[in-house]
Amino acid sequence: MKFSKAWLLQHVDIEIATPDLVAGLTMAGLEVDGVEPAAPPFTKVVVGEVVAIEPHPDADQLRVCRVSTGGDAPVQVVCGAPNARLGLKAPFAQIGARLPGDLTIKAARLRGIESQGMLCSAAELGLSSDQAGLLELPGDLHTGTDLRAALALDDEVIEVDLTPNRGDCLGIRGLAREVAAVMGAPLRDFPVAPVPATIADALPIRLNAAGACPRYAGRIIRAIDPQAKTPMWMLERLRRGGIRGIHPVVDVTNYVMLELGQPMHGFDLGRLHDTGIEVRHARSGETLTLLDGNVLELDAGCLVIADAQRTLALAGIMGGRDSGVDAQTRDVFLESAHFQPLAVAGKARQFGLHTDSSHRFERGVDPELPLRALERATALLLEIAGGKPGPALVVEDKGALSVPRVIRLRRKRLTQQLRLDFAPARVKTMLVSLGLELLEETPDHWQFRAPGWRFDLGIEADLIEEIARIHGYNNLPSATPVLAPEIGPSRQRDLAGIRAVLVQRGYREVICYSFVPPEVAGLVMGGAPAIPVINPISAAMSVMRPSLWPGLLLALRHNLNRQQERVRVFETGLCFGGGPGGDQRMMLAGLITGRREPEGWANAPDQVDFFTLKGDVEALLAPLGIADQVCGERGEHPALHPGQCLRLGDGAGVTLGHLGLLNPTVARELDFHRPVFLFELSLDVLPARGIPAFRPLSRFPAVRRDIAIVVPREVTASALLDVVKRAAGGALTEARIFDVYHGEHIENNKKSIALGLTFQDSSRTLEDSDVQSVEAAVLEALAAGFGARLRGE
Amino acid sequence: MDNLDTVVAEAMTAVADAETLAALEAVRVGYLGKKGVLTALLQGLGTLAPEQRPAAGASINKAKVAVQEGIEARRQRLADADIERRLAAETIDVTLPGRNAEVGGLHPITQTLNRIQDFFVRVGYQVEEGPEIEDDYHNFEALNIPAHHPARAMHDTFYIDATHVLRTHTSPVQIRTLERQAPPIRIVCPGRVYRCDSDLTHTPMFHQVEGLVVDRDISFADLRGTVDQFLKAFFETDLPVRFRPSYFPFTEPSAEVDIQCTQCRGAGCRVCKQSGWLEVMGCGMVHPNVLANCGIDSENFTGFAFGMGVERLAMLRHGVGDLRLFFENDLRFLQQF
Repeated sequence: MKFSKAWLLQHVDIEIATPDLVAGLTMAGLEVDGVEPAAPPFTKVVVGEVVAIEPHPDADQLRVCRVSTGGDAPVQVVCGAPNARLGLKAPFAQIGARLPGDLTIKAARLRGIESQGMLCSAAELGLSSDQAGLLELPGDLHTGTDLRAALALDDEVIEVDLTPNRGDCLGIRGLAREVAAVMGAPLRDFPVAPVPATIADALPIRLNAAGACPRYAGRIIRAIDPQAKTPMWMLERLRRGGIRGIHPVVDVTNYVMLELGQPMHGFDLGRLHDTGIEVRHARSGETLTLLDGNVLELDAGCLVIADAQRTLALAGIMGGRDSGVDAQTRDVFLESAHFQPLAVAGKARQFGLHTDSSHRFERGVDPELPLRALERATALLLEIAGGKPGPALVVEDKGALSVPRVIRLRRKRLTQQLRLDFAPARVKTMLVSLGLELLEETPDHWQFRAPGWRFDLGIEADLIEEIARIHGYNNLPSATPVLAPEIGPSRQRDLAGIRAVLVQRGYREVICYSFVPPEVAGLVMGGAPAIPVINPISAAMSVMRPSLWPGLLLALRHNLNRQQERVRVFETGLCFGGGPGGDQRMMLAGLITGRREPEGWANAPDQVDFFTLKGDVEALLAPLGIADQVCGERGEHPALHPGQCLRLGDGAGVTLGHLGLLNPTVARELDFHRPVFLFELSLDVLPARGIPAFRPLSRFPAVRRDIAIVVPREVTASALLDVVKRAAGGALTEARIFDVYHGEHIENNKKSIALGLTFQDSSRTLEDSDVQSVEAAVLEALAAGFGARLRGE
Repeated sequence: MDNLDTVVAEAMTAVADAETLAALEAVRVGYLGKKGVLTALLQGLGTLAPEQRPAAGASINKAKVAVQEGIEARRQRLADADIERRLAAETIDVTLPGRNAEVGGLHPITQTLNRIQDFFVRVGYQVEEGPEIEDDYHNFEALNIPAHHPARAMHDTFYIDATHVLRTHTSPVQIRTLERQAPPIRIVCPGRVYRCDSDLTHTPMFHQVEGLVVDRDISFADLRGTVDQFLKAFFETDLPVRFRPSYFPFTEPSAEVDIQCTQCRGAGCRVCKQSGWLEVMGCGMVHPNVLANCGIDSENFTGFAFGMGVERLAMLRHGVGDLRLFFENDLRFLQQF
């Protein structure tokens, strides 16, 4: 809400510097967004009058005017504005005037003709962006007066960012009431006298949706002057309130809206059916053509104003094109109605509309305002455009009007909530200054009736807030709550620990958007659809990520494009699958590419490979103490290379995650020309760690035997180790693969695997013969299982 | 015994000439070994007359000790020289960088979240999390924001379907906790939130931490004290904090919290739009309707809630000027924290 400071101060009896007013409003909860001068600085601009005009001898577009500034002889000015004409009053910048944009007016010759100053448009004075022609000043301004004085431009425009509960401050009068209460200054009276009817004409009004519109005031005004112009003072106040002048009727209704907070509407009476109007809910299939030509398809939730033949307006939001006033309008019907917030709320947004009117009705307009606003508007319109008023007609359904709320405030509760014992007299003063009416008072409590304009006051807590607000939040006590200590269960999933391992191993955490491009999600998920957002910010952010990989891949691209050759990143966060709200899983994913170690004189130059990544994943699982509950096997994932993909499972069919090399097809689609390795784990299904149970340490020496065997290439290490462990039994404490070789001296389809087996018994020293028999059993099992033979045999 | 003096003199010359430990050892063997010259002389004592033997023996032994000492001294010299040679040979450039010292790092938002969380966990709050695709009830209705409430326009909401949204704040986690758990409650709810807004100062996703305390006799003073202490701890300075009345449907009274501008110390600058203050938090006393929606008796229990934007706090603390940098994941940016 933008408003003129000068206008506000006509309603409150206070002299206050702007910074103090700004601070006062802000600290009362009406946050000031900005303060601007009503007009930028300019000097030596006066009301000029064109007293003679003739064509320029050498230029078709220019004319030579003689401009009077009231005093001596008129001066000669060359002017190109299309609306320059005899008798026009317009701003005149004299020689030496300084205008916005650091412009100084000097005497000049234009196409050979002397010009002693400049007639100005609104844009040239910084008053608006209108540069179509000279700013036309009203004829009653005294020629030669300084323009700043004539238009009261030494004023400031204050913009407050009102919270939705303070609809009552969407008008000068409401703001004034608030300022008076907050500053402790008197509110000036603002009487509005009824305008007596001079004709008997009245348009019948029927309320057929009283719950939505319990009160409707209307009045006919006939025979207004279609030539009438809105006076400059009104246009100026509208302009400072952010509203353009359109037509005297519209301007008057807008003015009253800015002044009192009551939105109004002016119909062209000649375009209404003479059987009157009704307020009702729309019928299905009903349409309305708006002022801007848009056609709305209405539904039963919409409240409309209609006559016997057609829909006239979307109530409280916008009027229709076919019933509005225009330059030909002579007879007017003014509407000043009370629409309930719920009748309007959401409707404007449903149609993509947001109007000054809907903004106010959604937040709540004082139900006592319609008649007052109607009388005010009538008086203003008669002043500007003349006309003959009919009687002000108020149709209402008192039962449907909301009853002013009576609120009980307990002294004990007030003291408990704010930790301050207010004197009863002070409580009363504060609340009465805000318009509340004291109904009852006892030593323990008060009863107040909330004013009709405060839709946000309904319960005791609301009154406590008002008292805190007027007293000043920062003048209230501050304390440290004493919380009884409570030790909750320690969390099973130690995200911080996992992150620490990855950080230790050179990974940087990234945070990617949760919405990703559908094509990248599709690539990673093998075309499975992801959950779309109905109203995405852009196509590239239109589906919820089904995996963390799309984000990591996009982060990789961003960094490769910025010459980062070695990238190791990880992210944790929710991923989304299933239906809406269905499956939201906490995931952890990482990506590596480039050198295994950063480039350095002493560092290995090798590039990362599958086992670099696998080592990282094993390391991050290690501190969780669940290594023996996780098993890895060759897996399949649409984003990964089929020959370099490991599936991690819990051994019972639950997939914990995948890791591997980015599938070359996917890499090509994403334009990566280097190996990229990825892992992803589902943190929610990682097995919980049991409490580690102690196993006694053996006091007897361990024996190690190394064997090298030759097996077919396709035999996997995990299968091999499984057989070894089963065949060796309890004496085997460790089995380690310390070499894998294929090539020279080994047949083409075979490989050599070197195993280090460690044996130890907890009760005795193992004899050579014990170890030999176990070793023999292992070799036998390997031979049976895989056709393995000792290397060299 | 002229012969003996000559032998000692020759031995000393040989010792002095020995340039290596091996050469010195050869000298030792030549004179003192089993077949060494001096050993042989001692063994030759038997050929002398018995009365000559003690004197001759003493002389030979003296000569032997002299040669031994000479050898020992020389051995020490040679060993020292050997160490010195090794020291010279093994000298390296200790200013070269160490091997593979690189570690990664946490995202600045995570660091900031951890910092906020740690403060509250230390004083007894529990951390609670919840879904990001949230139903309309938990995101709005239960928080006293019915359909068509103008406050919904304050939340530019992303919709998943007619009844599901991307949560616009972490407040639904408060509701879910209140539904599940009886007071006393004190929790912090960190997490991602979403608003359909993207420009210089807004990203469609950002992070919040909200806090909730519900217990007997919780007051507005408790809220002020908690927020004030937190902000002073977070910014590591005794900075001025002010409370301004505001409006949230789920709290009453409601407040916005400003801190003195960290850039200009209140003098007024571009960051604080010349006001000297920066808005960092919203808070208030839990609205009785919210407690009622969760089945909690607001006569016996009261509470406060607060919420802050993590990006904003991180930007202020680290002097980051552009919000969008947090989600570009440029390694050159991430490496700075």
